[in-house]
Amino acid sequence: MLHIEDLSYETGGRTLVDAVTLHAAPGETVGLVGPNGSGKTTLLRCVYGTLKPSAGQVRVDGTVLDGAKERARRIATVPQDGQSAFELTVREVVAMGRSPHKKFWEPDSAADRLLVDEALARVGVTDLAERPFPGLSGGERQRALVARALVQQPRLLVLDEPTNHLDIRYQLEILTLVRELGTTNLLALHDLNLAAYFCDRIHVLRTGAVVASGTPAEVLTPDLLAEVYGVRAEVAVHPATGAPTVTYLPGPRTPHATTAPASRPSAEQKTSAM
Amino acid sequence: MRGGSGLLRNGAGPAGRGSAVVVAVLAGALVVAVVAGLALGPVRIAPGEVVRILTGGAEPGPLRTIVLDVRLPRVLLGAVIGAGLAVIGTVLQALVRNPLADPFLLGVSSGASAGAVLVIVLGIGGGVAMTVTVPAAAFAGAMASLALVYVLARGRSGAMTGARLVLAGVAVAYILSALTSLLLVTSADANHIQEVLYWTLGGLGSARWHMLALPAATLLIGTLVLVTLARPLDLLLAGEEGATVLGLDTGRFRAAVFVLTSLLTGAAVAYSGAIGFVGLMVPHAARMVVGAGHRRLLPVAALGGALFLVVADLAARTVAAPQDIPVGVLTALTGGPFFLWLLHRGRSAEGAVA
Repeated sequence: MLHIEDLSYETGGRTLVDAVTLHAAPGETVGLVGPNGSGKTTLLRCVYGTLKPSAGQVRVDGTVLDGAKERARRIATVPQDGQSAFELTVREVVAMGRSPHKKFWEPDSAADRLLVDEALARVGVTDLAERPFPGLSGGERQRALVARALVQQPRLLVLDEPTNHLDIRYQLEILTLVRELGTTNLLALHDLNLAAYFCDRIHVLRTGAVVASGTPAEVLTPDLLAEVYGVRAEVAVHPATGAPTVTYLPGPRTPHATTAPASRPSAEQKTSAM
Repeated sequence: MRGGSGLLRNGAGPAGRGSAVVVAVLAGALVVAVVAGLALGPVRIAPGEVVRILTGGAEPGPLRTIVLDVRLPRVLLGAVIGAGLAVIGTVLQALVRNPLADPFLLGVSSGASAGAVLVIVLGIGGGVAMTVTVPAAAFAGAMASLALVYVLARGRSGAMTGARLVLAGVAVAYILSALTSLLLVTSADANHIQEVLYWTLGGLGSARWHMLALPAATLLIGTLVLVTLARPLDLLLAGEEGATVLGLDTGRFRAAVFVLTSLLTGAAVAYSGAIGFVGLMVPHAARMVVGAGHRRLLPVAALGGALFLVVADLAARTVAAPQDIPVGVLTALTGGPFFLWLLHRGRSAEGAVA
């Protein structure tokens, strides 16, 4: 469904994404994990089209998507700079998600408004619909923007740290929701335990390259965590969820820690949330 | 106004019933203002007589000439330019995502001034012919600055961002203003300064039927086109990245809209000078009443701008009659305090400009 082939992104002589190949089957939820600066955001931007890869290609349903509008009909995302000086209401912001399916002069139809109502209800912000969007809390905004992605009716949902700034309850709700949509999902996640629980497969990025791929149980091992993150950790299968669970152990750093890419300049402008 | 705007916004359902009421009220007020604009002046004409003349029920005579040939072109030009400036301002504020943007931000009026001043100082087509050469030169100057800003704002990467556009526009405006000042200072004739000042302040006094058709038609059609851009303009409010992932080619859209708005600004400025404040203030006032969504905002801004300028021009030619005050002075004098009052009262104002 999603085929990322040999994708590289270079800027200013630095390679931020290095020949990444990554596939996702229809309906699959694929996680990207890795330390800050490992290239997760850059890779996702190449997929949803705000960056143009230096090499390689991205195919969705077998086609290379051409142009912003065609891409937006297949791929939805929650971008990072949604702030505006002007006060649109939450409903107006969510309704923007219908735009890729519309001619620019076309108003929203009754069917579009129904989709918006459903999406607002699904992420639990119906009560906020007529409120000004800039007045929402970070978490409320995040959910409204997920609602916008829903009304886009995408085949592929690409989310960069969708749980940022959310209370734990909403972290679980958002990821549960994402899994229930039936879309193919590509998620960059900070929290390895959430990734282990919600993703079918995980790819680990370090300095722009995929260093491990597989099911959470295959990938999330103490050795890999030591090598990539430079931390000591234990991994156990949680009795209730059946997913691997990572417990970080404080204490002396492993010898591998010096290889951790902490000194690498961050390519990911982690602006504070949507 | 405070309670009213709150009620209107809260009462506006998904279908925008609130904004329909606002549009109806503004349209009614505009009709009243137009009739008043035709009736009042050095010669007072009864409103009933004005309506009879307009509907063709009156005998030819001096009153008919005053209404149809003197006042009507001026009132219509005011309405069209007011609507155009307000819509252009609204669109540019979204385009550069800056609430301080107005139709003259991007250098167009400085280009127009430079063109007009050049003609005045050189005395090209002196006398009556100047009523044609000045607007023509102003429009040419506006287009020249448009081209310059366009090339600069595109840069080598070819992507036109809001920030680049503003920087290029402001830089070009400064250069052209300096050139204009230079021309004036080195000019031997002191009358030129008076003439240029009057032109720069803006006024509708030169409106005549034979030169009304072209700018009026351009502005009317252009304004209607801009009003259809509600959807992509809303997307721009989501930010560069937000608009892109929702399917808008922001670079191309911004370039196209910049060219269109500059053409329209050029057409407006060429005939009436740089009438300030309409394009800055009316969009904000409209936003406070119907919100920032452009499908409701643009028609309200257009009607509000038309109404405001028709009323302002009526005041400009009656307050100190027979002296004709430049309407640009009046719009700033009345609009400035009104705008400050809007800013001062309440949170919605803060939200609109914060």
